[in-house]
Amino acid sequence: MIQKSILDALQKIVGPRHLLVQKEDMLTYSYDAAVLDPVMPAAAVMPEKTDQLGEIIALCRKYRIPLTVRGSGTNLSGGTIPEASGIVVLTGRLNKIIEINAEDMYTVVEPGVVTAILAAEVEKQGLFYPPDPGSMAVSTLGGNVAENAGGLRGLKYGVTKDYVMGLQFFDAQGNQVKTGSRTVKCATGYNLTGLMVGSEGTLGVLEQITLKLIPAPRHRQAMVAVYDTIEAASETVAGIISSRILPATLEILDNFTIRAVEDFSKAGLPTDAAALLLIEVDGHPAVVAEEAEQVKALCLKMGARSIDQAKDDAQRDKIWAARRAALSALAQLKPTLVLEDATVPRSRIPDMVRALQRIGQKYRIDIGTFGHAGDGNLHPTILTDRRNKEEFLRVEQAIEEIFDVALSMGGTLSGEHGTGIAKAPFLEKEAGYSSILFSRQLRAALDPDHILNPGKITGV
Amino acid sequence: MADMKELANLVKELEDQLVTCIRCGMCQSVCPLFEQTRKEADVARGKLALLTGLMENMFTDPDGVNERLNRCLLCGSCAANCPSGVNVVEIFIKARAILAEYKGLSPAKKLIFRQLLAHPGRFDALVDWAGRFQGLFTRPDVNAQGTSCARLVSPLLSNRHFMPLSTTAFHKTLPEKGVTTPGSGPKAAIFIGCLIDKIFPNVARASLKVLSHHGVPVVIPLGQGCCGIPSLASGDRDSFTRLVDHNLALFEKHDFDVLVTACATCTSTIKKLWPSVYKNPSPGMQKKLTALSEKTMDINQFLVDQVGIDPIETGLEEEKKEIVTYHDPCHLKKSLGVADQPRKVIRAAGCRLEEMAGSDKCCGMGGSFNIYHYDLSSAIGTLKEHNIEATGCTTVTTGCPACMMQISDMLGKAGSPIRVRHPMELYAQALDKKNLPNHP
Repeated sequence: MIQKSILDALQKIVGPRHLLVQKEDMLTYSYDAAVLDPVMPAAAVMPEKTDQLGEIIALCRKYRIPLTVRGSGTNLSGGTIPEASGIVVLTGRLNKIIEINAEDMYTVVEPGVVTAILAAEVEKQGLFYPPDPGSMAVSTLGGNVAENAGGLRGLKYGVTKDYVMGLQFFDAQGNQVKTGSRTVKCATGYNLTGLMVGSEGTLGVLEQITLKLIPAPRHRQAMVAVYDTIEAASETVAGIISSRILPATLEILDNFTIRAVEDFSKAGLPTDAAALLLIEVDGHPAVVAEEAEQVKALCLKMGARSIDQAKDDAQRDKIWAARRAALSALAQLKPTLVLEDATVPRSRIPDMVRALQRIGQKYRIDIGTFGHAGDGNLHPTILTDRRNKEEFLRVEQAIEEIFDVALSMGGTLSGEHGTGIAKAPFLEKEAGYSSILFSRQLRAALDPDHILNPGKITGV
Repeated sequence: MADMKELANLVKELEDQLVTCIRCGMCQSVCPLFEQTRKEADVARGKLALLTGLMENMFTDPDGVNERLNRCLLCGSCAANCPSGVNVVEIFIKARAILAEYKGLSPAKKLIFRQLLAHPGRFDALVDWAGRFQGLFTRPDVNAQGTSCARLVSPLLSNRHFMPLSTTAFHKTLPEKGVTTPGSGPKAAIFIGCLIDKIFPNVARASLKVLSHHGVPVVIPLGQGCCGIPSLASGDRDSFTRLVDHNLALFEKHDFDVLVTACATCTSTIKKLWPSVYKNPSPGMQKKLTALSEKTMDINQFLVDQVGIDPIETGLEEEKKEIVTYHDPCHLKKSLGVADQPRKVIRAAGCRLEEMAGSDKCCGMGGSFNIYHYDLSSAIGTLKEHNIEATGCTTVTTGCPACMMQISDMLGKAGSPIRVRHPMELYAQALDKKNLPNHP
């Protein structure tokens, strides 16, 4: 519970319609897309102007109220699950695209702008914002930056962190901090931008984001390679990378996923295939044509049953729409879906695929595997029913083993979903205790009252 | 009022459907209401979480959940785009019924649904009476949409530009025994629908004309009742079930191959909700409901897919043709997947179809949503109005009389000269112009 006087003060900042305290509304801000226990906050506020953010933080600081910022709540590691005594700050109304500068190729946005909306606006000017997380139709750029979101194009174009040129944020005192610049180069001050990206709302609250844009590729060619064994498909992934071709996208789908996706999307995927590789090369038309031929030859040489090229944009869009539907299509099969994103160096993809199959058998659980094979970021997706306690225990054991295997291959617990609550207990395995201690000390220095999204990343 | 534990048990009926939502949040990208408010309780994911909360007995009273559940257009955009396949509309309709049965209907709704709508004869008589006296309280606008507005400042009517009741309902213009026209091929029964009967009788006349022109044998039984969606949207499953009984008994007396309607909402209700929400059907009843559902079809779909139409020769070059745009009713495209057929009808009528941006975005009507949340309904409708105007059309068409009302209101308020018509009206008008005879 929060004292009435504090609620009155919050109401003064955002206006009566944009302070929510009823239990029903609190329930709707108690979860995100991660499979974790919900926690209802004490209040939620929906500011309309970014300077209200600073006032809200200052108030929280004064009364030591925890605050969690929430965009569209699509987080997969529990980063937006609030504290019971805390407030949720909603960025839904902070959704202005402040500037798209085509000459200098950057854009400045408020944190609540939806990723797909920015991507479409930018495209109208012949420019390109590559990071495309699976949830981009709803996810916000503030959330993307806070989680360092990835996507399908990571292999060639990188992830969110590679596009953040500068930030304006409020620190735990409610003071405004500026970092980075609109220039391509910037060598002043600490690289706070780098520190803030992926900090999951634990170091400050984003106010404005300056993002790098690049020229849109002139040509794209999508292909679907069909395999009779998942081993051959995963060997091909390693083969493509080692032959120095960098596709924009290189995705793998196992049979389990193919069937679920086809059932939902009717995109014409071969449901009898053991695995598919969805590949897209882009760039100058001549280069695209040459690389597409090389990729095709390589796939066939490494055991593809067949490989088809998208004939037009409509066909290409259908392939990627089908891929984007993978997560939710799998979700149709069982009530609970646990999506992991343990990532390995890309040459280890064949080993990882084998390990996942072994773990699925060992714990007698259904694991669908798809993901960004080209950048080493697979999405083993476990289908279960959380209400079945005995099975869910096996699921948790399997997840821990997936983590161990990924780390043993020199990988990481999370390629793009973030640490949040879900992976915080395992972070020590990856980074060691002294790294966590360092992070905790950093956090304590910047936020001595522990008001900024407590419990995420560092555990406390 | 029974205790909350009992309510929790009632909601448990929905558990298997509720658990299919994985909280991915993709519904936020298509919900017209969420676009306006950005509040989680306004989007499907939030409402499904609230129902789960009710099931887990988290609340001390059901009012907060009930109020939020009713803030929904039931447009089904979320369901149509839900990769997990959550049957959102059916869940919400059933939940509204569970809550209404638990709480009891409000006295006003009881009067309207139980005493009026569920008795088609009584309802027709009242509307007939109201149609004759409506001029006392409202005055017609002189505009292309033919709307009216309040003569005096009225809190009930606000600044609406609403479609007046027709002075004579369609069914009153028919012979007492109903209509049976000769012809060959599949025989079509017409389900008129309240809004077409009482506000847009011209749509029914046009439909009859078009079917007759193509030699389709038609039967229109008299004494038809409402399809039941208004009752259902308010959670009154009893009145809904009575209306279904009434209509089913009426149509059973006639022999036909297809049940066609020119109202997207009626079609979707008969096809999807009659078989799934009817209260405690016997196995025999369930069979009848399913059989009728399979026979029911939107009139554009019937005309294009089963009858087959050729473009009416107007002799006009493409640039000289009237520019017409088309709004996809949610209950046609998202619920039934009917989108190409009305467009074919419009082109066949000799018009140039100019697509608007977001043609399948909800118009914001949502039946009683428009009554209880007029400000939000108008905000959503205004987006539609802008998109319509941007096409440079002179007529906007849509396959649903409820959308026609909403769009007329929006265009009327904006002072736009754009007319609002049903595709059947355009097609019938084109037949008239060419003086094409009926060939039964």
